[in-house]
Amino acid sequence: MPDSYPREHIEDLVDDNLEWSQLHNMMSDFKDADRFQQVRDVLQERVDWDDPIIIPYAEHLYVVAKSEDRWVIKCDCGHEFCEHDENWKADALINVRDSEEEYLEIYPEDMHPHPEYMELREFFCPGCKTLLEVTNVMPGYPLIHEFEPDIETFYNDWIDEPIPTPETA
Amino acid sequence: MSSEHESGESFPHMRREQERVREKKQQGDGVGWDGKTLREQLEELEAKTEETDHYAGFERLEFKSEEPIEYEQMFAQLRGDLVTARETSKEVAATPIVEQEGELCYGLFTPEGDSIAVSTGIIVHIHTMSEAIKYMINHDYEESPGIEPGDIFVNNDPHVGDVHPCDIMTLIPIFHEGELVAWAGGVTHVIDTGAIGPGSMNVSQASRFGDGAQYTARKIGEDLEIYNSWKNDFPDKTRTPDFLKLDEKTRMTGCLMIRDAVFDIIDEYGVEKFKQLSREAVEDGRRGFGNRIRKTMLPGTYRGASFVDALYEGQGNLTREYANENHIMHAPSELHVREDGSFQVSFEGANKWGWHPYNCTPAAIQGGIWVMLTQTVIPNANVNDGAYYACDFHLPVGSWANTQNTETAHAYAWHFLVSAWAPLWQHLSRGYYARGFWEEINAGNANTSNWLQGGGIDQFDKLHAVNSFESACEGVGARYVEDGEPHAAAIWNPEGDMGDAEVWEMTEPLPFLGRAVKPNTGGAGRKAGGAGFESMRTVKDVSRWLLYEMGNGYMTSDGGLFGGYPAASGYILNAQDTDLKERFENGEEYPQHDLDPESGEFESKIDGEITRRPEGISTPKEFDDYDMYLNYLRGGSGLGDPLERDPEDVLSDIHDGYVLPRHAKDAYAVVVNKISDEAKHNSAVQGEWTVDEEATEELREERMEERAEKAQPVSEWYEQQRERIQNEEDLIDDVKKTYESSMRMSAQFEEFYLDFWDLPEDFAYSLSEKAERSLENRFKSGTKQKWKNPTTSHETWLGVGRDDEPEVPYTWTAERSIRDLPTPEASFGDNIAGTATDDD
Repeated sequence: MPDSYPREHIEDLVDDNLEWSQLHNMMSDFKDADRFQQVRDVLQERVDWDDPIIIPYAEHLYVVAKSEDRWVIKCDCGHEFCEHDENWKADALINVRDSEEEYLEIYPEDMHPHPEYMELREFFCPGCKTLLEVTNVMPGYPLIHEFEPDIETFYNDWIDEPIPTPETA
Repeated sequence: MSSEHESGESFPHMRREQERVREKKQQGDGVGWDGKTLREQLEELEAKTEETDHYAGFERLEFKSEEPIEYEQMFAQLRGDLVTARETSKEVAATPIVEQEGELCYGLFTPEGDSIAVSTGIIVHIHTMSEAIKYMINHDYEESPGIEPGDIFVNNDPHVGDVHPCDIMTLIPIFHEGELVAWAGGVTHVIDTGAIGPGSMNVSQASRFGDGAQYTARKIGEDLEIYNSWKNDFPDKTRTPDFLKLDEKTRMTGCLMIRDAVFDIIDEYGVEKFKQLSREAVEDGRRGFGNRIRKTMLPGTYRGASFVDALYEGQGNLTREYANENHIMHAPSELHVREDGSFQVSFEGANKWGWHPYNCTPAAIQGGIWVMLTQTVIPNANVNDGAYYACDFHLPVGSWANTQNTETAHAYAWHFLVSAWAPLWQHLSRGYYARGFWEEINAGNANTSNWLQGGGIDQFDKLHAVNSFESACEGVGARYVEDGEPHAAAIWNPEGDMGDAEVWEMTEPLPFLGRAVKPNTGGAGRKAGGAGFESMRTVKDVSRWLLYEMGNGYMTSDGGLFGGYPAASGYILNAQDTDLKERFENGEEYPQHDLDPESGEFESKIDGEITRRPEGISTPKEFDDYDMYLNYLRGGSGLGDPLERDPEDVLSDIHDGYVLPRHAKDAYAVVVNKISDEAKHNSAVQGEWTVDEEATEELREERMEERAEKAQPVSEWYEQQRERIQNEEDLIDDVKKTYESSMRMSAQFEEFYLDFWDLPEDFAYSLSEKAERSLENRFKSGTKQKWKNPTTSHETWLGVGRDDEPEVPYTWTAERSIRDLPTPEASFGDNIAGTATDDD
């Protein structure tokens, strides 16, 4: 097990360029200690903006530092959603698949949910229109706020590093 | 088995131990360590654990840190012995379920019932067996019926420690110098439990009384000899006595191998080392879990919700009129990863249990989650109840997740359990994503159905039951870095496969007409969910034969991740009174598949009474020779925006039979052109296609524009939905009943729901008279608890009422009100809909 993978290896992970045998080894090995920092740094290089990434939040989404005490959820296209502890979906675009016709675009007949029992909510980034999340819920269900990271505990206690700020970036 | 050795001496070690235990009892001592009773020993362990936050008060792992090589040698030897016990003993079994699919596992437990080390296999039961041992200790089995050297116990009662009654466990205590030093336990999934319908998990019963025989932690033998009363009892309570007898011999074989292995370890290292190891291994497992979490996830709160349908309205052969109703399982799932890496898992808001066999007990939920964690968080040999000690569970009493009512049915608890797990995979994946461990991310799993089950008089003119474990081979959810594995495994049996068709045909009078990958079963995504598969079966040489289906139909339980779509849901396809025999005789075509349900191909190749409907569950119905049955095994969910999938991968999907050509365009915006009708690739699909790159690029651009046109700001949608809910428009009774059930179960969920939609405090959905009666009937039924005298650690399962504060914090909140947002234009207007402007 490497304590740390070479940067090129992490770039290949981020860019989806690793062979299955390499991925399998990564799964089987003990986990490398600096993965978070390496992935964060590679992602920071990939985005077209300068706000320091505090954490990768979900595919295409990041928590970034706007100031020392203001963190927001931001898409890699540059669209900013909301404060880091709020539900970005409330600021998204939504399309709901709740008819037979709309289901048949994705699934064959009889192999999709019954529209009266379940709808598919597709959430898009208002900036780049990327499909960021699909949730399958009963009609009438509230929006689900899936992830509230405890960033302070993570940085202060788990990895013992200062939380990035625009000044330190 | 015989108790006589070749020497003529009966199990000399056991006899010596029995003598020592008798002496201790005469002195008033218990069989625990240092003369304690087992209950005293368990209470002391719980108190020390509570007091120190370390298992059994082991704040320091002295043995492991001072003699690490010897510690690892001992642990590896034990682990190896458990795996050997499993691999050897499964050859004793005759059912393909155990012998082929490996539906068995073994564990070695502390005297108090905590697992020290486990075999491979269906290790959900490592924790269910733990519960069964604790039940015996909690209910003073040491006094009656006694726990002594040579005793044999059996359990399959879900309220004691099991998922469902068809998983039967054998437990034997292991003694050294008059002390109980460990327990050996083994579980097999049996083929029939004597429920009201044939098969191991019948679906037509309303309550426990149709679930099949349940044995509550029963002593079935002593002197390592099974009582005649047991030998003459259980075989008549099943339709498959010979299979169950061999399953029992399987479990006994494994348990005795483990017992001998423990004796060898004690001989080699001494009993004190063994005791020390058994304590330290659990504490090490607990710490290992926390360390792994701290290394791979993020602290914080993760939430999700899953649903699955159980439709009974209009089904035949139900045991009670009041069971004739539809159910939806609602599983709100909340995970707190605390500072120390430990877990708090809550199902607050889960709806009421029902008159169906999909209810769960705490043992089922805890064991179930635990087996999932072993496949991702702790994928190594260091698996034991330490992980359980690193997790707190909140399972609302009276919900489907913790009925605390011995009247409820549990035959296929997995239907709800597997579905309720779905968000937990995603919680972990969100943590792995944030931390950069992308190789560990998994969108979810498959709903592990269909379950082909039934029985009657088989091809050998014997009463028989079947339970096809082809379902141990479903598609797996997409990974972040790869597509989901197609037709690969089941969450509850990570080593399972579909089994050999020829072997299934030996034990099932259901010849295979075809077996193939099933297209569009895996969820669409940048990485696609693994595809499921299907088997077309017919029926041959039977009489009074029943078959039924079991799975999801109106709902898909496994959601996609990061923009991936959920896996497909199920449907039922049967044909009865067919002309299949004539087609065989005349050498005519007959259906081997149902790859595309819309194609009409199945119907074009068979005459008969065809049933095709989008539900997943049917109650037992009669089938005769040459009838047909589609066994459709589900796929996994997708990950990422499907428009980001490489078009060449979509082309491969078509040729591999994973995606129907028309869905390349609809789901992936990939334009393909057929270039050959004749070519055949790696699937049952005929033809060859090629990607039109230019058209694909154009189509994808158009699709992005369509998204912008069609989608609306969430704030607008919210207002429409709020109005819909207030006016109860287009909301069916089954959905409203589910919300009402959850709100009546949970003050916290009710507050969240009303708050989120800004509804008045007295808001309630109006229900049909039937739905209202059903809820009243179940809410009034109260609890009938199985654990009468629990020690502290099990008290948390009991007595948590609707208005109590959950022991795991409930943090679902609507505090960020969408109504307070600026106008839709401000958030979503043209000025920000273009490229990134932040640094311009």
